[in-house]
Amino acid sequence: MTDRVSQTDFIAAAMNPERAAPLGIVGPDGTPAPKRFSVYRNNIIVSLKAAMADGFPAVASLVGDAFFAAMSDVFIRKTPPNSPILTLYGADFADFIASFEPAASLPYLSGVAQLEYALRRAYHAADALPVAARALENPHIFSAQITLAPACTMLSFAHPVAEIRAAALGGPKPTSGAQDVLITRPDLDPIATALPAGTIAITTALQAGIPLGQAIEHAPDELDLTAFIGALVSGGAITKLEYDNV
Amino acid sequence: MTHHFDMLPKSVGVGYKPQHFSDILADAAPVTWLEIHAENYMGAGGRPLAQLRALSEKFPISVHGVGLSIGSEGRLDPDHLARLKHLNDWLTPASFSEHLAWSTHDMGFYNDLLPLPYTNATLETVCDHIDEVQNTLGRQMLLENPSSYLAFSESTLDEVAFLREVTKRTGCGLLLDVNNVFVSATNLQMDARAYIDTFPLDKVGEIHLGGHDEDTDDHGAPLLIDSHGREIADPVWALYAHTIAACGAKPTLIEWDTDVPAWSVLTDEAHRAADILTPVPA
Repeated sequence: MTDRVSQTDFIAAAMNPERAAPLGIVGPDGTPAPKRFSVYRNNIIVSLKAAMADGFPAVASLVGDAFFAAMSDVFIRKTPPNSPILTLYGADFADFIASFEPAASLPYLSGVAQLEYALRRAYHAADALPVAARALENPHIFSAQITLAPACTMLSFAHPVAEIRAAALGGPKPTSGAQDVLITRPDLDPIATALPAGTIAITTALQAGIPLGQAIEHAPDELDLTAFIGALVSGGAITKLEYDNV
Repeated sequence: MTHHFDMLPKSVGVGYKPQHFSDILADAAPVTWLEIHAENYMGAGGRPLAQLRALSEKFPISVHGVGLSIGSEGRLDPDHLARLKHLNDWLTPASFSEHLAWSTHDMGFYNDLLPLPYTNATLETVCDHIDEVQNTLGRQMLLENPSSYLAFSESTLDEVAFLREVTKRTGCGLLLDVNNVFVSATNLQMDARAYIDTFPLDKVGEIHLGGHDEDTDDHGAPLLIDSHGREIADPVWALYAHTIAACGAKPTLIEWDTDVPAWSVLTDEAHRAADILTPVPA
């Protein structure tokens, strides 16, 4: 018997438990060996589920291990990794959750996944040397264009996602409503700072090269601007100040 | 990089896990070198690269790829090869190794070391891929023997003959995983010592030791699973001693990748390997 097993056949059978093991896969006695083939079936899905659980601990905590395993099983079979860099696997998980019917009763869950993925990306982002805090004491600071660190991002949520994530990982219960979240990486550990909804307009403007003075015109009324700038500075998020007219 | 670790010492290394960073810098003995999985150090920056930079100043580093998919029917992923080259150029590691296996197919990455049949056709593909890797990285690589759970009826070569031919055609070295030999020999009802005795030991640049789990096959016969999640089994230690007696001292790695234990558990395993390794001349 010389049944050739193509890698296409192998993967199709490995990723679909309904399919039989490909002909041509045998045990030491030369007879078909479905249980042996299922070692690979199992290794693939178990290792990818473990990668998902590692990457989304707050989502897993919010829905429980059994639900998370079932949900990530569906996600993995639909969206297997497209690169061997598993540290960045799961970019599409938040979108998947948003349309995953069984999780519809947790409307904030997709946001928690989005936040966890953004924190993970910040963890692996390129290093950049922040400016010293005293550099902001320049009298022309409001005319400065500000470059933000690669690890710095802002996200916008309809729910208090930063608090929900923190509560899922053992923190106090959330109270607030919609919010924006600033991610910074002081030293090597990313942190999420909850800010009033609409604050994202400032970083979006800064990233478009708009000087600080004009960028903060977009600030929501509830924002404590000094605290926000302080969070950027202490988070090492400001890597360059440029003055057009100097 | 300013260090001079251009080869692995013929002593014991451990697979690096970030939770052991402080333990290793405090006192690594008897561990003298470290191995990393290449794919965990392909981010742009942050803690993983900062730790690796610090470790590489004190220890020879072996870069062990788990995602290049050298056994793929199709071509190697040029993006992944470029990432490997970037890491290799930046770190200038003491060794680079990959697996006789595949994991990528049609843009999907399946995160396991999947098996290939041993035929003249797969031999040619594997050799082409290894040529490409060695040419791109500008260095010799080591190729690791897999753990096998099954066989292919289409295979026409045995694994040792296949590996010997690969080294002959490409000039690559071999990474001999002694646990994999034991697992495959048990699973495919072969003689593990005969595998070692016919293996091209002069091409071996590194040895791996790791733990396995026990299961049963379709007929209730033992089926061992290469899990890297527990202590190395006694018969694997015996096979390692047999190997070292045959080939002399070789850089030897303790692998523990799942349910990672305290550093002291790894150094216990490292001591056990050193006890077998150190009395033997290179």
